[in-house]
Amino acid sequence: MNLKDILSPFSVWKRAVKKPWTIKEPINDRPGAENYRGFHKNDFDKCIGCGSCEEICQNNAIDLVPVEGQETKDGDSGLRPKIDYGRCCWCALCVDVCPTGSLTMSNEYTWVTDDPEEYRFIPGADETKWQEEKKGYKRSEDIQLINYDRAEMLEFEPKDRDKSFIEIIKGYNKEQAMAEADRCLECGICTATCPAHMDIPAYIAAIRDDDIENAFRILYETNPLPEICGRICTHNCETACALQNQGEPLAIRWLKRYIADQISPERYKEVLGTEHLADPILNKKVAIIGAGPAGLSAAYYLAILGYKIKIFEALPDAGGMTRYGIPEYRLPYDKIEEDIDYIKALGVEIQFNTKIGKDVSLDELHNDYDAVFAGTGLHLGRSTKIPGVDNKRVYFATDLLREVSLGNEIDVAETIIVIGGGNVAMDITRTLARLQNQKYGKVQIITTSLESEDIMPADREEVVGAREEKAIINPGWGPKEIEIKNGKIKGLHVVKCTSVFDNEGRFNPKFDQNQKKFFAGEMVVESIGQGMDLSYLSEDIKSSLKLGPRGRVQVNENFQSDLKWLFVGGDIIQGPDVIHGIANGHVAAKAIDDYISKNM
Amino acid sequence: MTDISKSKYKNYKADRSKYPKMENGKAVIDLDSHKFTKIWQGPQHPGVTGNMSVELIINGDEIMKAKTHVGYLHRGFEKLLERRSYIQGFTIVCRICVPEPDTNEYCYSAAVEELAGIEIPEKAQWLRTLNLEMSRIGSFLMWIGGQASALGLGAIGQWTIGMRDFWLDLFEEMTGGRVYHMYMIPGGVRKNLPAGFKEKTRDLILKTRKLLYNVEETFFNNAIVKSRLKGLGIITPEIVDEYGIVGPNARASGKEYDVRMNNPYLKYGELDIKMLTSTVGDAYARAELRYQEMHQSLDLISQILGKIPETGEIQTKLPNVLHWKIPAGQTYMKAESTRGEHGFYMVSDGTKYPRRVFLRGASYTHAISVLEKLAVNISISDLAALMVSLHTCPPEIER
Repeated sequence: MNLKDILSPFSVWKRAVKKPWTIKEPINDRPGAENYRGFHKNDFDKCIGCGSCEEICQNNAIDLVPVEGQETKDGDSGLRPKIDYGRCCWCALCVDVCPTGSLTMSNEYTWVTDDPEEYRFIPGADETKWQEEKKGYKRSEDIQLINYDRAEMLEFEPKDRDKSFIEIIKGYNKEQAMAEADRCLECGICTATCPAHMDIPAYIAAIRDDDIENAFRILYETNPLPEICGRICTHNCETACALQNQGEPLAIRWLKRYIADQISPERYKEVLGTEHLADPILNKKVAIIGAGPAGLSAAYYLAILGYKIKIFEALPDAGGMTRYGIPEYRLPYDKIEEDIDYIKALGVEIQFNTKIGKDVSLDELHNDYDAVFAGTGLHLGRSTKIPGVDNKRVYFATDLLREVSLGNEIDVAETIIVIGGGNVAMDITRTLARLQNQKYGKVQIITTSLESEDIMPADREEVVGAREEKAIINPGWGPKEIEIKNGKIKGLHVVKCTSVFDNEGRFNPKFDQNQKKFFAGEMVVESIGQGMDLSYLSEDIKSSLKLGPRGRVQVNENFQSDLKWLFVGGDIIQGPDVIHGIANGHVAAKAIDDYISKNM
Repeated sequence: MTDISKSKYKNYKADRSKYPKMENGKAVIDLDSHKFTKIWQGPQHPGVTGNMSVELIINGDEIMKAKTHVGYLHRGFEKLLERRSYIQGFTIVCRICVPEPDTNEYCYSAAVEELAGIEIPEKAQWLRTLNLEMSRIGSFLMWIGGQASALGLGAIGQWTIGMRDFWLDLFEEMTGGRVYHMYMIPGGVRKNLPAGFKEKTRDLILKTRKLLYNVEETFFNNAIVKSRLKGLGIITPEIVDEYGIVGPNARASGKEYDVRMNNPYLKYGELDIKMLTSTVGDAYARAELRYQEMHQSLDLISQILGKIPETGEIQTKLPNVLHWKIPAGQTYMKAESTRGEHGFYMVSDGTKYPRRVFLRGASYTHAISVLEKLAVNISISDLAALMVSLHTCPPEIER
C-alpha cells in the first residue's frame, strides 16, 4: 500500500464544486430527439385503414376500428388504428411498414393522465397534444420493409408488334409471379373494391405457396372467366391497392392471368372438381340472352347449381364485347375460348346467330324457361352529332372493332382521325394503326379527346402503347365540324376544351373558341361512348318494366326487374366493364336460384 | 499490471485449523449443528446484478457454500421468438439485456441474414459496428458503477451512470430510442446518422475519457478497493477452459480470446484493435482490464467515426416482411459483448417463424458455475463485489 492510494481517492471532492449534470426540468429543457420514437400520430387524409400496422404489431397492440366521420369507400376501409399503450413497445414497425406513410410518431416523452382508458387511443381521432408536432420518428426513405416496385412484365417491342395482332403482354413466368405475389400486404382493400369481391389476397397467397391449383379454385369461386379477366379487367383492385400510395400497385391482373395460364384447359374439370356436373340435376331451365361476361357468369354459376342453361347469342361467337369490342392483341380469341369451353363443358348450351326479338321473341323464352337473364351489352355507338357525321366515311368504333373480330375487311384510309379518350378509343386507334401498317406500311392516325392528358379515361399504358405504335394522341380538343369536299372528308375542325366537368362533377364541357386546330384525315371514327340495343323488349314487356335514366331497365340489388322472371345485368346495368358483368351474373345467378326455388 | 506469481493472494488458503471439520478437503456442513447459517442474497438486493439470488451457507462471515437460483426474471424470449415472424422478433431481442441490448440485436439480425442469404451494405456494417461499440461503452459505464457501489463508493456509480445517460442521448439521436434501440433491423440499419452526430460523439468521447481518469484516481488508485478486490475471486487459467469462461473474465486470466479479433465480424477486421489481457485473474485485474477496454472502445469509436462512408445504402432490400419465409437451415452467430462471447443459435424450418432460437450468454457460466465455485471461502461482504466483477447479467441465464 502506498501513500498515493490513500490520498488519490480524495480527489472525489473535486466534483463537489462542479455544476451537476442533472437538469431540473428535463422535459422542457431537453425535448426528445428529432428522431425519437414517442407517441403515435396518424394523418387521416392519407390513412386507408389497410391494417398493415395491425398485422406487423408483435404485441397485438393495434386494432382497426370504425371511426366517426371516416366512410368506407373504394381504396379505404374506413377503419383506423387504435393503439393500446398497455401493450405497445414503441418499436415503430407499424410506422416503417405503413404503405401510405400516414402513421408516424411524435418526439413527445411523457403523457400523464389519471384515466387509464385514455392510453388506448385512436391517433388522429382522439385529441392529443402532439398531433401537430413535426418532429419524431418517420420511416426513413433509405429503408423498405415492403417492396414498392413491380416485377417487370415482358412485352413485345413496338417494332415487333405494330403490324400484327400478336398478344403484346408476354405474361409472368414463375419467378416473376412469385416476386410480384410477395409484395401483397394482404389488407383486402382490393377484395372490397372488386365488383366481384374476388378473394385476391387468398389467390396471391396461393401463388406464393406455389399452389396454383388452389389459386385456380379460388378464382372460380367468384369469377368463371379468369383468362379474360386476367388480361383485360379494368382492375379496380389495382387502383385501390394499398401499395399504390407510395409505389406501384400490385399487378393483380397479371397474377390472375398467371394462374389461369398455368392450368391447361383439359385439366379444368379435374382441378375444379366438376366432373359430375355434366347432367343437370334440377329439371329447371334458364334462358340467357347474350354470351358476354354477364351471361356466361350467370350461366356458369347456375350450371354448377344444376340448372339447364341455354344462351342465345346474336353473333356467331361467344364472349360478347370481350370478343367483339377488344382487339386480339389484348385478348387472343383462343384464350376466350378456353374460358367458354369449360362453361360449355358443364352442359351450358349456346345457340349462336340468334337475335332475341327477331329470331325468337322474349315472350317465347318466358313461356319455355323458368327464368330469363339478359346481358346484352353495349354494342351501339354514340355520335358527336357534329356537322358532317352523316358521311359514309364516319364510323363508330364499336362497329369497326366488331368487323375486325368477325374477320371482315375494313376499308382503312391512309389518314384517320379518332374522336374519344377512353379505352375503346385506344383500342380502335391501335387496331387501325396495325391495319394501316399492313396496308400502307406507315401509321397516320390522330386521336383527340375532350379530356386533357391528365384526365383521359383511358388506361395510361394504353395511351403510352398507342404512342409507341406511332399513333398521335392529341387530347384536350372539342370536335366542331368535319370538313367535307365533294363528299370526301378533308379533316376535323376542333376547338380547345378548357374543362369537361363543372364544379359539381357533371359533364358540361367549356370551350375556348379562339384556340382552333384542324386535323387532316380521310376517315373519322367516333368513340365517345356506347349505347344499348333493347329492341328485344316488346312494348308489352316495356310497359311492365320501369326504365331509369338513359333508358336503363331498373333492377333491384339482385338484378331482378319488375317482371320477376326477368333478370338484367352486365354493361346495360353497370360498368361498362367485364368485371361488373361477371359480378352481376354471379349475383343474378344466386337470385335466379332463389326465385326458382321459391316458385317450385 | 501485476504478475500473478507476485500476488500475495496467489496461495490463499482459508484457515481450517479450528472450524469447520474437513473431510476429503471439503467442509462438513451440518445445518442442525447451529454452527452454520443459511441466508439468501437476493433476489432483492442492491449487490445483485439483476434479479437472481444466491443461496449461501455461511460460517461466521465466511461463505461455505453458494448456490445460484434464477427464475425471477424469466420472460420466455426464446419461446416468444418461436411465435413471432422474423421481422417482429427483432423488436424483442433487445429486451433480453437492458444495459447492452445491441449485441442481441446484432446477433439476431445477423443470424436471420445468414439463413436468408442476405449481405448487408457496407455503410450498414459500419453503422452496426459503431452501434455495438457504443453499447459496449454504455454497458461498461454501468458495470463500473456497480463495481464501485458494491464497495460502498456510491459517488463513482452516480458519475458513470450519469455519463452513460449522455451516451443514451446519442443512442436516442441515432436510433430513436434511449434504452431499447431496435436499430439493427434484418437487412441493415433503420436510420442514417443524424446531422452533427459525429461531432457530438467526439465531444462525448473526450468527456468520457476525462471522467474515466477521475475514476482511475478515485477507484483504481484506492487503497480500500485494492485491499478488497485484489485476490478476490481468482480465476486460474486452468478453469477458464474447464468452465468455458469468456470475455474480460477469461482475458484477465491470460486467455487470448475476443470474438472481435479471433472471428472478426462486421468491420472489426478493418480496425486497429489489440487484444488486452492480464495474467492475475482476480477481481482487481478484471476491473483494470475492463477499464482498459473502455478506453479501447472509445478509441474504436473514434476510428469508426473516421471510417464510416458518407454515402451508401443502409439496408439491403428485403422481401415483403409480412410473410417473409426463410429457407430451412441453422446457424450460430456470435459477437463480443462486454461479458464475453454472445451468440444466437437459430434454426429455420422454412416457415414464417423460427423453429428455435437459442441465446448463448456469457452469464450462464459466470453467474452459476463460476460464481458458485469462486464464492466459497470468501467473506459475505465481498460477494456483491465478486458478482459484479464477473459482470453477470441474469437475463442471459433465463431467456
